[in-house]
Amino acid sequence: MTDLQRLPLHDLHVELGGRMVPFAGYEMPVQYPAGVMKEHLHTRAAAGLFDVSHMGQVILRPRRDMATLVVAFEAMMPVDVAGLAEGRQRYGLFTNDEGGVLDDLMFANRGDHLFVVVNAACKAQDIELMRKALSPVAEVLPVTDRCLLALQGPGAEAALEALVPGAAAMRFMDVGVFGELWISRSGYTGEDGYEISVPEAAAEGFARDLLAQPGVMPIGLGARDSLRLEAGLCLYGHDLDQTTSPVEAGLTWAIQKSRRTGGAREGGFPGAARILRELAEGPARRRVGLRPEGRAPMREGTALYHGETAVGTICSGGFGPSVEAPIAMAYLPAALAATGTALAGDVRGRRLPVTVADMPFHPTSYKR
Amino acid sequence: MKFTKEHEWLRVEGDVVVVGITDHAAEALGDVVFVELPETEIMVSEGDEVVVIESVKAASDILAPVDGEIVAVNSKLADNPGLVNEDPTGAAWFFKMKLDDLSVLDQFMDEDEYKELIGD
Repeated sequence: MTDLQRLPLHDLHVELGGRMVPFAGYEMPVQYPAGVMKEHLHTRAAAGLFDVSHMGQVILRPRRDMATLVVAFEAMMPVDVAGLAEGRQRYGLFTNDEGGVLDDLMFANRGDHLFVVVNAACKAQDIELMRKALSPVAEVLPVTDRCLLALQGPGAEAALEALVPGAAAMRFMDVGVFGELWISRSGYTGEDGYEISVPEAAAEGFARDLLAQPGVMPIGLGARDSLRLEAGLCLYGHDLDQTTSPVEAGLTWAIQKSRRTGGAREGGFPGAARILRELAEGPARRRVGLRPEGRAPMREGTALYHGETAVGTICSGGFGPSVEAPIAMAYLPAALAATGTALAGDVRGRRLPVTVADMPFHPTSYKR
Repeated sequence: MKFTKEHEWLRVEGDVVVVGITDHAAEALGDVVFVELPETEIMVSEGDEVVVIESVKAASDILAPVDGEIVAVNSKLADNPGLVNEDPTGAAWFFKMKLDDLSVLDQFMDEDEYKELIGD
């Protein structure tokens, strides 16, 4: 058994009553005394503070110039890096030669370097991958002395503006440096909000200051998962993996025109053959939303049937506190992926009805 | 009232045993969003999974504590699963069992022993 790492704010989580559980090699708060349901609903109604310091923060500092780095970084993914303006952040995907997803990530253009945030469980792999691909043109510098906090919900803007004047003026996916804080207007809940990188030494004070703002409550991993599921967002290792392509996953919005067939910098990323073909012809299977009938959640691993034929497996599933019903996602053959398609899910040996549904399950409220 | 190691409470009412989960168990489960109850008038054996409780986080089972017949279930829980969190030792009982011999309950813990188990 590998030793679990503790977050820099571990003691604060314990003091706040957080129930600590192992996640991606870290001891993480899965919930606080309010519980997952209240934490979820509170985030949608006011503001929630999440500690996501387990995620990987990495600086890519060009050895010569940004243009060379951008070209090399674009060769790692089917995403327009060159077109990303300074002060802006974009969603990206590292792909493998088979067109599968190695990880999903956020990257920001911070003028003279790129700042990348990757999943905790993938960060060692990603750093290795970036070193291999980028070393001739950039230093790959893991940031290990900073925490990452997310402040999410309709109350996030006022709460952060009170501490960091200027934060309210940011738009969705803007990034900015405010003193020692690196802030982006983004998140993983479907709500407006921010993700804030803060030096470890200042993190506890900053977190306490945020928690002292009206309406701000600490939120655990449990609600983080139900919030992202309602927003229709993918969780790597569940809804995305090395066999799923971005097109199958419905992430075609993340593949800008410039990288598609006929674009200025078409192809030239790992797995381009499959990804460009699927963009042109449609993929064999698609990630879809599902609404189980009744109240019984259909969890990850639930087998799905169309008539007597097994057609897929739920990759994420649970109860949506804002939807007030069970919700799920799965990959289905393209022919069965249309909204309204009636299927059955095997719940403890019984086939229960479930219907393909539009995502997000709960409307998003990004500040565009 | 008797208690099992699986954090169930057992309360005798005449010749039937009422079964629910303890405050400690309800707290650990978190917000309950769905309860699947057994059919009534069925015979169950000790250790059979008779109830499924789904919280926001995960699914868990309640096992039959002893052999017997399920004679009643608390249908209120189907419409209001949150009752399990609000009143686990009262309104949120799960099922009632008829036993051949109530003395089998002697094997279970009393309240003091249970409190010791959970370190309360």
